[in-house]
Amino acid sequence: MFESLSDRLQNVFDQLSRKGKLTETDVDTALREVRLALLEADVNLKVAKDFIRRVKERAIGVEVQKSLKPSQQVIKIVHEELIDTLGAPGRLNLDGPTPRVIMLVGLQGSGKTTTAAKLALSLRQDGRRPWLVAGDTYRPAAVDQLVTLAKQLNLPYYEEGTEASPPDICERGLQAAKEAGATVVLLDTAGRLQIDDDMMHELQAIRDRTKPADILLVADAMTGQEAVRIADGFNQQVGLTGLILTKVDGDARGGAAISMREVTGVPIKYMGIGEKLDALELFHPDRLASRILGMGDMLTLIERAEQAFDEREAEELQRKLLKNQFTLEDFLKQLQQIKRLGSIGQILDMLPGMGRLRQQVDIDNESAQAQLKKVEAIIYSMTPAERRNPKRLNASRKRRVAAGSGTTVQDINVLLKQFREMQRMMKMVGRGQMPKIPGMFR
Amino acid sequence: MASLRKGLSRTRQSFFGRIAQALGATEINDDTWDDVEELLIQADVGVPTTMQLIGQMQGRVRREGITRSDQLIEALKDELRGLLKAPTPLNLSGRVLSVVLVAGVNGSGKTTSIGKMAYRMKLNNRRVMIAAGDTFRAAAIDQLKLWGERADVPVIAGMPNSDPAAVVYDAVSAAHARKMEVLIVDTAGRLHSNFNLMAELVKVRDVLRKVVPDAPHETLLVLDGTTGQNALTQAKKFQEAIDITGVVVTKLDSTAKGGMLFAIQQELDLPIHYIGIGESIYDLVFFNPATFVDSLFENGNEE
Ligand SMILES: Nc1nc2c(ncn2[C@@H]2O[C@H](COP(=O)(O)OP(=O)(O)O)[C@@H](O)[C@H]2O)c(=O)[nH]1
Ligand SMILES: [Mg+2]
Repeated sequence: MFESLSDRLQNVFDQLSRKGKLTETDVDTALREVRLALLEADVNLKVAKDFIRRVKERAIGVEVQKSLKPSQQVIKIVHEELIDTLGAPGRLNLDGPTPRVIMLVGLQGSGKTTTAAKLALSLRQDGRRPWLVAGDTYRPAAVDQLVTLAKQLNLPYYEEGTEASPPDICERGLQAAKEAGATVVLLDTAGRLQIDDDMMHELQAIRDRTKPADILLVADAMTGQEAVRIADGFNQQVGLTGLILTKVDGDARGGAAISMREVTGVPIKYMGIGEKLDALELFHPDRLASRILGMGDMLTLIERAEQAFDEREAEELQRKLLKNQFTLEDFLKQLQQIKRLGSIGQILDMLPGMGRLRQQVDIDNESAQAQLKKVEAIIYSMTPAERRNPKRLNASRKRRVAAGSGTTVQDINVLLKQFREMQRMMKMVGRGQMPKIPGMFR
Repeated sequence: MASLRKGLSRTRQSFFGRIAQALGATEINDDTWDDVEELLIQADVGVPTTMQLIGQMQGRVRREGITRSDQLIEALKDELRGLLKAPTPLNLSGRVLSVVLVAGVNGSGKTTSIGKMAYRMKLNNRRVMIAAGDTFRAAAIDQLKLWGERADVPVIAGMPNSDPAAVVYDAVSAAHARKMEVLIVDTAGRLHSNFNLMAELVKVRDVLRKVVPDAPHETLLVLDGTTGQNALTQAKKFQEAIDITGVVVTKLDSTAKGGMLFAIQQELDLPIHYIGIGESIYDLVFFNPATFVDSLFENGNEE
């Protein structure tokens, strides 16, 4: 667990002069901490040094605002510089003659194929007519993967198996898509290293024959110091128009994004935030900046809370409640929604200034998670009929469930009691005013 | 931006130039320590390990009266090698059926590494089978089956989106029935921060435990060599969930140096068994601490 930059700077400034202008010593001391935070976040060393130099120029002599502590003033400047560095979110180059070609490139395993499908879905939702072209003939079953995703989403695609050369496939795919009236054509390409000359030439050939409006580097948010060379290599050799950062739903700080943005100068356009095909979002520089600095991110927290709670499920649940059909299965669903919010510790991490509380919470959180797991195991060990009607659980059935879930009959009784209480409570609210469902677990 | 780019390649040259010079026997000065720090940080060794190493080296320089940079580099290599354990052979003999569970984040190289490992074992005349435990990712089963064909090893698979624990259960029965010696279990990629997916992985492990005595006998974490500091978090979280017994690091044919291995070995004491150095079936080699350390000092990019 990283100590947040806010906590760190707080400590540093506790020992420094408090009032007036930021002196060079203040700034230098603070920037040492900033540098460490950036390196821990995987920002490339050279990029971090450059960044620090810019912040220093910006910070020395700045009047500390009345409302702020010196540490907060420095954070404000660092945050602003970081947002400037990350740049405005880019948009796809969709204006102009159709079909627009978007080519996805990147290292092996960075998430190109999934991202192609996600982009196609999002473009269709915007009212465009996207096609997918399977240009990875190297990785075993890469073509099948793209085709499976296209079928899942009911999107048109072009593939020729793995015999033909990728530039030929892409060119013919573009032609086929054009004839079918596509307005956007997404080219999936094989993962490759930027130092592999033959493979980079192949990308150039695809580019020259399909004239993409966008060439996007798809890069893993967990990438380390090499991000600069990777991004630079692709940019020099094929000319990028944008970046997509994937696996942002993990807990990596994502400093590679700064490195890649700095070295290429092209905008970050999207972020992949999950395995589901709608888990693609526009890039938000302010959020990524907060995350890289470990400063807490209220926005993300709020949004996650909203996402985790599915509107449709909520309506369904209300209907059931009114009809008094709330079952153990629904109970389990509710628990899982809470889990989707992330662990309590993770949520605390997103709140500024909570770093110090963290250790304490870890313990409680563990027992909470263990408890949740137990409940899950118990409910999973019941038959569907038992879940719908727990009254069926007589002594021998309880013993079976206990054995199956690795718990005791006592545990099961406790769970059933909680469940009955909840049912009773719900019946009461069901008759009167409905509260918001997620609230009932707070 | 263009100027920054030039700046980068310039500093890169002068940096490697300086290291080369350092190797050519200059006196140790402040610049030398900066170089060492840069070298380690840029190899993804991470701030805490880098600081610790520099502290140790400064002590050594004083104690051993080292004055020249080339001696310092040799001593540093020595120190770095000391942090890495030579790999132990996989614990896969002495019983009827040995089970290897393979896990890691999405796209780290699990399936490819399994294909390569199966091929190696096959060359050693082992009777090997693979279980297609990734039922989630589109066409993951087809991918694994193609690797099975390449390695000439049978692959047991279920339906896409079926319960991986059930597939694994069936695979164990098949392995017993066909008198296999080793069963390698592929799993879907998952981020260690995803609670539900980690719970699913635990379930797969628990099924193995139940149906084969002491299984899994090896639980390997496949790490992407281009990953930065998050690799340590990954290793810790997978370790907590399923008791990792060893690590495979992939994509070391890239320009990345894989320096996060030092922190992982230090904190978790896990052996690193293999490294992946390409996409063909032969591109898996035993981890060799000395070669690995040497590669940190090479400029992998002939730009
Ligand atoms: N260059 C290189 N690519 C690799 C290596 N190992 C795996 N890959 C590639 O990384 C990508 C993801 O690998 P895969 O085995 O599907 O990952 P999984 O999702 O973890 O099963 C594929 O394109 C592989 O060919 C390696 O050692 N070097
Ligand atoms: Mg796989």
